[in-house]
Amino acid sequence: MPAIFPFSAIVGQDEMKLALLIAAIDQSVGGVLVFGDRGTGKSTTVRALAALLPPMPVVGGCRFNCAPGTGCTHTQGAETAATAPVPVVDLPLGATEDRVVGALDLERALVHGQKAFEPGLLARAHRGFLYIDEVNLLEDHLVDLLLDVAASGENVVEREGLSVRHPAKFVLVGTGNPEEGELRPQLLDRFGMSVEVRTPEDLKTRIEVVRRRDDFERNPDVFNARFADDEQRLRNHIVAARERVPGIPTSDHALERAAQLCSDVGTDGLRGELTLVRAARAVAALEGASEIDDAHLRRVAPMALRHRLRRTPLSSPDSGARVERAVADLFGGSGERLVI
Amino acid sequence: MSTGAANRTIWDDACLAAAVVAVAPHAVGGIVLRARAGPVRDAWLDLLKSLMGPTKPLRRLPLNVGDDRLLGGLDLSATLAQGRPVAERGLLADANGGVLVIPSAERLDGGRTARIVRTIDYGRVEMERDGLSAKLPARFGVVAFDEGAEPDETAPTALKDRLAIWLMLDGLSLRDTSIAPDWPSRVASARATLANSDADPNLATLFCEAGAALGIGSIRAPIQALAVARVLAALDGRSMAATGDAEIAARLVLGPRATRLPSEETPDEENGPEPEPQQAAAPETTDPGGEDTSPEQALSPDDLELVLAAAQAAIPALILADLAQQRALGRAPPSQGKAGANQASKLRGRPAGVRRGEPRNGNVLSLIETLRAAAPMQLIRQRLRGGPHLLADGRQRIEIRADDFRIARFKQKTSSTTIFVVDASGSSALHRLAEAKGAVEIILSECYVRRDSVALIAFRGTTAETLLPPTRSLTRAQRSLAGLPGGGGTPLATAIDSAMQLAAAQKQKGISPTVVVLTDGKANIDRAGKPGRRAAMADAHTVAEGFRGLGINALLIDTSPRRNAEAEALATVMGARYLPLPHADSTRLSQAVFAARRDTDERSGSRT
Repeated sequence: MPAIFPFSAIVGQDEMKLALLIAAIDQSVGGVLVFGDRGTGKSTTVRALAALLPPMPVVGGCRFNCAPGTGCTHTQGAETAATAPVPVVDLPLGATEDRVVGALDLERALVHGQKAFEPGLLARAHRGFLYIDEVNLLEDHLVDLLLDVAASGENVVEREGLSVRHPAKFVLVGTGNPEEGELRPQLLDRFGMSVEVRTPEDLKTRIEVVRRRDDFERNPDVFNARFADDEQRLRNHIVAARERVPGIPTSDHALERAAQLCSDVGTDGLRGELTLVRAARAVAALEGASEIDDAHLRRVAPMALRHRLRRTPLSSPDSGARVERAVADLFGGSGERLVI
Repeated sequence: MSTGAANRTIWDDACLAAAVVAVAPHAVGGIVLRARAGPVRDAWLDLLKSLMGPTKPLRRLPLNVGDDRLLGGLDLSATLAQGRPVAERGLLADANGGVLVIPSAERLDGGRTARIVRTIDYGRVEMERDGLSAKLPARFGVVAFDEGAEPDETAPTALKDRLAIWLMLDGLSLRDTSIAPDWPSRVASARATLANSDADPNLATLFCEAGAALGIGSIRAPIQALAVARVLAALDGRSMAATGDAEIAARLVLGPRATRLPSEETPDEENGPEPEPQQAAAPETTDPGGEDTSPEQALSPDDLELVLAAAQAAIPALILADLAQQRALGRAPPSQGKAGANQASKLRGRPAGVRRGEPRNGNVLSLIETLRAAAPMQLIRQRLRGGPHLLADGRQRIEIRADDFRIARFKQKTSSTTIFVVDASGSSALHRLAEAKGAVEIILSECYVRRDSVALIAFRGTTAETLLPPTRSLTRAQRSLAGLPGGGGTPLATAIDSAMQLAAAQKQKGISPTVVVLTDGKANIDRAGKPGRRAAMADAHTVAEGFRGLGINALLIDTSPRRNAEAEALATVMGARYLPLPHADSTRLSQAVFAARRDTDERSGSRT
């Protein structure tokens, strides 16, 4: 396994990092869509997140990553406790449908003549992340399939005489480049948050990016040791935040503000409001706050709403700016950018 | 310098580049060689081969390679023969440790590019195919031969961005290549030296600053320049890269990527005529020194100058002239990142995977995929039957059930392109132009939902210009429409002519075009570009008749303040539907476009 670039060593890209942390703290916020320039460390960041997250408890021997005490039926005998790293599963372009949803176990069928189910990528991603690079290039029939499973949280396989259903709840993380073609609106809506990343333009930042990349590539072990403390600190933050989330109430005030904001920028449907509140709660938890305040909402508004605006082709491509303006109008102030 | 001498210098660089790639293919990413097939290119490839050594693989990528060969998959014949799943490695995994050669890289499509690029980034192939799952190491360099005929017909940007060295070999003759260096041993020892080389910490800063001065946006460029400099040092037997290496690296990596010339002033004072939106070129961050960067900030300005001069030497003369002109005009350079050739091949009804289904209703059975699906079930079916099903001659029969049928899926052929022809002349007064833009906006959003392509032709003055070739990118459509200026004459005939050519080209690719003309119909520039209403109108009608002859469906939106007989007459001659804009609200606009498109669908339907 090649060494993985540490999350805390990634220079800049604060919005993308925050969105991923939110998804890691509260899965129900939904997936993250990352659009942007080439070479901005999109996939590096996602893989770094995987390495950062603390291991999760699972039923020992379960191939579907079932959590203990959820009535797992995939193992024989009594449940045993085990831990497993949070899965971040890559869905590579060119993957065939049978590997995505799962299919007949070839080895057993050919050698032993037995019909057995070999779980696919969706099973492997359960309780973790499913990462799709260049999501706009994925074949349409796979996209439809993914949307279906992402919505129901369950994968149903009926093929080759097999009939299997298993849980598949995952956070969809997709990246893409808008110059290569647009995403269908139905797909856009399925992502809880969307962020836009740009190549850093500030010279000093660029130099730091190049240096770290170079240091890492020349000696990954030394480099990772340098950031081990930072990684541990961030990991502890995430664990603490996860525990705090259920205790943070959804106040009427926060709901009202979210509803107002959504109607101001003109988003369709309730999904926007829900995501806004949940994401704000995750940020509050990350900061150790006991309730959601305006600052939290404000911070997540662009990423929760920018892809939900009713799009007219001639509106400014940077719909994030539109959201920020609406935020500034509602909450007052200049709408200054907040960073982690 | 004589041409011969200049060409030999290019060849020297090409040799050096081959050595760099041979030493560390994956670390430097590879090379884009702008070169047609021919003896010069062959000579270079032979050199690379000899430098790589016999043990390192060199694989050639067929342009239309399928996923099974590219990424790997189930080896059907071996699987059937051995009675257990046998995986076949793909080209990308085969190239591990060596080089992948891509001929005609300018024709590589988006999907294949994405698969290759991802493999480069990860250093491995992730095969999730045909019931097999494997991660195979695939660390290779890419040699992309770019054979584009037009300046903007180049290898995909996503690929080029990852390959450090860009070189032009066009124009060299075999004579220039007479001296091929004999370096295999140098390459071998450089590989060893590179393994424990030291970085000069100043180099990162140097390349970043040089990149900023040359207007290079990608952050990969300085990283690659650093890698190349280090390999160059190793080729020289040194463990630390020096300024000399940096100069060559700048020439090979940064120069060809330049989008502007460094200004004469020192690079931290260039808010002058440069219209570049990146204020970032100026490192005038006021906070005194970032924590760990400050001690090494002692970079001599001479070094930067040397590196910039070296990079500048590598900007091809043509591009240089172009850049200088842009600078004089105060224009931003054209953005890179055209998907170009991708679009066409993606749509030409190319197979797009298979799915389960019955071979009827015009669906085509995919025999191989059907066998592949049946293969694993053979033993199971034999058991159920109580023994193998033997034919009269004793051979065993493969048992195929309806469940196994796989049908080939093709990319939609019925996609369509809406070509907007927008009158930006003075007679369509400016506020009318704004309304026309509004109308285009409404139709564009329909196209967006339907995933249709759009193209944009604008006409004013004496010419019609294709502002946007067919694309599905809304972002690009937005940009080109927003920047559309107005004023000047109305060369209507030329405009219809352009639309006709573009539409015909789309038709040839199996895409059905719909042309939407937005004009007031008041032509006053004839086909030859001369003013005069009478001749202009006559020309417009002649071209319009030709247009109708092609049977392309069209909609003419009249942008004059009230219903206008000239525009209506033109629409009739063109065979276009007519819609006066004053009456057009969004619903009627989209209804009209849909009606026009339905005509298209019906026509293509009746033909097949």
